[in-house]
Amino acid sequence: MAISFEIPERVLQEREMLKSVAENIMRPESRYLDEHEHQRPHSFIKAMWYVLRDQQAKALQKLTNGEDKPKREGPGITYVRMIVLAEQLSWGDVGQYLCMPAPLLAGSAIEAVGTKEQKLRFLKRFAEGEPKWGAMAMTEPGAGSDTSAIQTTATFDPETNEWILNGEKIFCTNGKLALEESDGIVVVWATVDRNAGRAGMKPFVVEAGTPGVKIGKVEIKHGIRASDTAAIVLDNARIPAENLLGSPEVIQREGTAGFKGAMATFDASRPMVAASAIGVGRAALEFLKEKLAEHGIQIPYGVPYHQLSAVQRDVLEMEMQLKAAWLLTLRAASMLDHGLHNSLEASMAKVKAGKVVTQVTQKAVELLGTMGYSREWLVEKWMRDGKINDIYEGTGQINLLIVARRILGYTSRELQ
Amino acid sequence: MLSFTPTDEQQMLVDTIMKFAAAEVRPHAHDADEEDAFPPEIIQKGWELGILPASIPEAYGGFGEHSAITNVLAAEALAWGDLALALAVMMPATVANPVHFSGTEEQKQNILPQIAAAERLPYFSAALLEAGISFDPNAPRTTATRENDHYLISGEKCYVPFAPEAQMLLVYARDSETGKVDGYLIERGAEGLDILQREKLMGIRALPTYRVRLNNVRVGAACKLGGEAGTRYQRILSHSRTALAALAVGVARAAYEYARDYAKTRVQFGVPIAQKQSIAFMLAEMAIEVDAARLLTWEAAWKLDTDDNGDYTAESYHAKEYAAKAALFVTDCAVQVLGGHGYIREHPVERWLRNARGFAAFEGLAIV
Repeated sequence: MAISFEIPERVLQEREMLKSVAENIMRPESRYLDEHEHQRPHSFIKAMWYVLRDQQAKALQKLTNGEDKPKREGPGITYVRMIVLAEQLSWGDVGQYLCMPAPLLAGSAIEAVGTKEQKLRFLKRFAEGEPKWGAMAMTEPGAGSDTSAIQTTATFDPETNEWILNGEKIFCTNGKLALEESDGIVVVWATVDRNAGRAGMKPFVVEAGTPGVKIGKVEIKHGIRASDTAAIVLDNARIPAENLLGSPEVIQREGTAGFKGAMATFDASRPMVAASAIGVGRAALEFLKEKLAEHGIQIPYGVPYHQLSAVQRDVLEMEMQLKAAWLLTLRAASMLDHGLHNSLEASMAKVKAGKVVTQVTQKAVELLGTMGYSREWLVEKWMRDGKINDIYEGTGQINLLIVARRILGYTSRELQ
Repeated sequence: MLSFTPTDEQQMLVDTIMKFAAAEVRPHAHDADEEDAFPPEIIQKGWELGILPASIPEAYGGFGEHSAITNVLAAEALAWGDLALALAVMMPATVANPVHFSGTEEQKQNILPQIAAAERLPYFSAALLEAGISFDPNAPRTTATRENDHYLISGEKCYVPFAPEAQMLLVYARDSETGKVDGYLIERGAEGLDILQREKLMGIRALPTYRVRLNNVRVGAACKLGGEAGTRYQRILSHSRTALAALAVGVARAAYEYARDYAKTRVQFGVPIAQKQSIAFMLAEMAIEVDAARLLTWEAAWKLDTDDNGDYTAESYHAKEYAAKAALFVTDCAVQVLGGHGYIREHPVERWLRNARGFAAFEGLAIV
């Protein structure tokens, strides 16, 4: 290997295509969807579905033929593609991006711990017919960052060979799209033993139309208003035994393979969230620079500090911070493509990007004065949208805690 | 192909330098700082690592190819040992690399083999900075005035390492007519070249730097770096900023690691202080900033390696500014983690904080 920052040509071409989707389909709808919460970005969903459906079909075909492992030697480009996509579409509109009709986090969980049979069975629907969504339900009213405290239970009924789920999940991104508005799936994390902590946590695939599964409150939010964030009520919801995701290690009662599976999902999803954050930040920064240029303010490089105005310094700082966040994210994704363990790097990227998008978008609103604050422009929306990235998939603080434990070699008990 | 792993060869070089830094540099760093000098044999050993000759092509007496990436890896490892020592060992590169990038064929043939073959550290030094609260590298006050087939150079430079020993100085000056900045290769003992007092700085105290006055120093037109075509000054500045960024990363990493290890052994309230979130979070932020600064540095170096034509001013500027700030943040946090002990000169963290502050002023002191 040699150090290289070269993004594969194929990915760059794809980015151009996504940029056009972002500019022509997402941006024109941005304001309307922000002001009309819970309405769906139909044009975007349609535009993406046919592309994603074909890709999914090809992927499943390969899996069926046993060609899912790359033929050529060396690293893949799966995760770099994913972060480039997340960045570019979030540059367009992060609320709409979140409505991308795809397996999404359910897919990550299935990829992380599912068997081949499960992958084929659960992902098939994303390769045919009308748009569908996948989602993941982890958070509960009493279990936010402390995922091991989940109370939703799964009880096995040997007579019917079914799992019975009971409990309430909240803050499930795309929960409503997955369960009510399409024939989608939600991966629900439930415990087979409340006293077992992490060892009891297992992932269950709940399909749309399952009796006893109801969408509760759909949240009214600060930003990402095009995306639905739903509560899911599980009231004696019965699902087939084969819907418990995973290999025998995950399925068996003892051991924390299930919990580790959840964490492995985060290794892939955190760089995605970081990339999404950077897309929003870049949108705000580019817009800001455009407006400053219209007012004759250019950003010079390599001139002494004393010759820079406060605004120029701010912009330079924003550029550097965004680049730092992007490079940390690129590294985290690239490590997955190289088959390397990336929990530390994924959390580093997430911490940095969440913080940077918050600072960059807040600064952009500030520097654009009364117009920055105005709903005529999208900057104020980007500030509200961007903030979510410092919160979901683990808050900045939880990710910082993970970084700290990893660099110090401490367990979760040693460093709380 | 996208990758963040150095080549095996680069990793071997880094391991060798790290071993030298840990075993030979660190044990002397405290006294060197107190006594304003590194033992010459340590600098010599650093030179004997052969980093620069490995970066000069065989055609010019070296035994390798230039790679900014390899050089930033080496610079970080050296600075992890000690910044003053790193700047001393890398000093000949502040002449060799600009000559390599921008010199005429004759300049390359004259200078590079001398440096590549030198068994003892060759005293080739560069003079870019000038005293003042705001130095603009694109508008130095030092001027070069063309008179027929020679130039007259006048001005005053500061932060010139080993100026009294230097057999050649690469002095950057502004053409008094065109305003363009070029380098001029000035031999030791040139008339009008005065080495003034050694400077007293906040940090890098073990590196002897001097004020240098040039009073109508007369050099042949052939001494202008790049000859009539002139010097690729922006490109050289980019290589310099990238070098300084790498050095800043080395200083930051040293401080981060020291504070991390200290926090794991320092017990207060019955537990190592690293088990307290206020300390653990600080260390986590430090780790992130070190990595981020390194990635910006690598990216700038990679761009410079990939494309010989661009200036990459923005990339190198971002890398240097980011790394300089990160180094200051991380070294300051390290002092804070050690508390009262951090403020005592027995521990290295206060020295690293003093060294890190310098990057705000440095320009041209190292070139990868």
